[in-house]
Amino acid sequence: MAGMNPPAIETTGLVKTFGDNRAVDGVDLTVPAGTVYGLLGPNGAGKTTVVRMLATLLRPDGGTARVFGHDVVREADAVRSRVSLTGQYASVDEDLTGTENLVLLGRLLGHGKRAARDRSAQLLAAFGLTEAADRQVKKYSGGMRRRIDIAASILNTPDLLFLDEPTTGLDPRSRNQVWDIIRIVVANGTTVLLTTQYLDEADQLAGRIAVIDHGRVIAEGTPGELKSSIGAGTVHVRLRDAAQRPAAERVLAEELGTAVQLEADPVALTARADGSSQGAAAQASRALARLADAGIVVDDFSLGQPSLDEVFLALTSSTTQAVSA
Amino acid sequence: MTTTSSTYTPSTDTFSAVLSRNAAPSRPGALAASLTFGWRAVLKIKHVPEQLFDVTAFPIIMTLMFTYLFGGALAGSTSEYLQFFLPGIMVTSVVMITMYTGVGLNTDIEKGVFDRFRTLPVWRPAALVGMIFGDVLRYILAATTIMVVGLILGFRPDGGVMGVIGGIALLVVFSFAFSWIWTMFGLLLRSEKSVMGVSMLVLFPLTFLSNVFVEPSTMPGWLQAFVKVNPITHLVSAIRSIMAGDPDMPEIMWTLLASAVLVIVFGAVTMRLYNRK
Repeated sequence: MAGMNPPAIETTGLVKTFGDNRAVDGVDLTVPAGTVYGLLGPNGAGKTTVVRMLATLLRPDGGTARVFGHDVVREADAVRSRVSLTGQYASVDEDLTGTENLVLLGRLLGHGKRAARDRSAQLLAAFGLTEAADRQVKKYSGGMRRRIDIAASILNTPDLLFLDEPTTGLDPRSRNQVWDIIRIVVANGTTVLLTTQYLDEADQLAGRIAVIDHGRVIAEGTPGELKSSIGAGTVHVRLRDAAQRPAAERVLAEELGTAVQLEADPVALTARADGSSQGAAAQASRALARLADAGIVVDDFSLGQPSLDEVFLALTSSTTQAVSA
Repeated sequence: MTTTSSTYTPSTDTFSAVLSRNAAPSRPGALAASLTFGWRAVLKIKHVPEQLFDVTAFPIIMTLMFTYLFGGALAGSTSEYLQFFLPGIMVTSVVMITMYTGVGLNTDIEKGVFDRFRTLPVWRPAALVGMIFGDVLRYILAATTIMVVGLILGFRPDGGVMGVIGGIALLVVFSFAFSWIWTMFGLLLRSEKSVMGVSMLVLFPLTFLSNVFVEPSTMPGWLQAFVKVNPITHLVSAIRSIMAGDPDMPEIMWTLLASAVLVIVFGAVTMRLYNRK
């Protein structure tokens, strides 16, 4: 394989069990270098366990995992010198200040005293933490904490960065800041493996996504591929009068030929447009016309690509059925 | 550059200064990495000085309490008892303080700091060795505090300054080795409370069923048998002899050997747990 760069991550049949629980149950992943790859799944799906095995923190019970061609068990040191991890929880020392944390890590990564100080100051500036440099991390806000955590992870620019739920619990502004940072780091050539339970986050950042549930990959592809896999589009309708919903449901079901979902909101309905015959837009406009003909007052009508939320629900509900069947 | 959290916008320009594709510097050696982790422990003491309460107030109270509680009854007078008792209470206090190594490690793991340390390409035991280096400073502080209190109360070691320093040095060596028991429990047990509980279960019999408080000759035979094999007894005998200016070589060798065995056995178990956790 001379002259060919190995993928950033390659796993085959990766397994991790905790007692009777197969937390990771045969995961195959290939993540090309230089991309953002999203691991999407609900809490407890096994995302963090996969990341911890890849970051050499946990030993796999089965299968193999290679990072840039290095086996995570046999060549753990080679892996460690190329990866960096930002965990779900703050993985800096909250008793120490921002500067102290970064200088400590800088020294451990082999920088001299001066170099570690300089680097720490540069990083704090880039992450907008200069003013908080001498404050203990436990006094930081959630967004600042996440930033110092990522700063610590790129002290030496890693070739592969694991971001385990980097925006969980952040307010929208802080979340956008973290997203911007991730984009800059990736543009500089670092591969990112991102775990998230937020579908829009995977949509925003990841080039490819693996959907994980019960320790297995249940779907894999680009965000667009995943969306189109469950239909061409989704029609969202909001009525003025909840009493007209049963009538609206009948009209939509006839016109679109798919199941209509009644939302928790008593005036809202959602249906998939399969786009089979004339395309989703034509189907949707005919449905809208027929609703008007039937005297149903529509306040809001939209046709969109299915959201990843819908993709996710469609995928996970089908596996649940398969399991229970 | 002044940016507050609310106005901060990540910019490609500032990041280009910190992101580099240059080769990383060469990794630090085992000792350098351990000392850096030791520096972390010192910083923690600087930020949370209250934690020194354990190593100052607790030993002072132990010394005063037992000197005046037992002194009259056991040796006729408190100053007589102090000559016998001070090295022992110093050992008891410092050995008890070693349990905080396990508690601290358990807390660190809970908070996720160790996940980062374990993904660093440095000598693996460095994080733990450095942590214990920091604890050694606390042991020295506790031992010194007790010695000062003892001298004020009337303890007069015949070994002089060198005897006192030698005794404290042996105590610190043993405590460093003993700490590896607690790193093991810190990794093994789930909460700091359970680490605390197990520590007490081990420490109380070990320190009280020894020659710290009374001469073993006053005890029933079966208890004497335990006291004789208790490493704390050998440590106390060794330190008493050093401070009295008449070092008992067999006891000193016994203590050093026990220290080596503790590090080898519990250090190995600790590292195994640390790598697998």
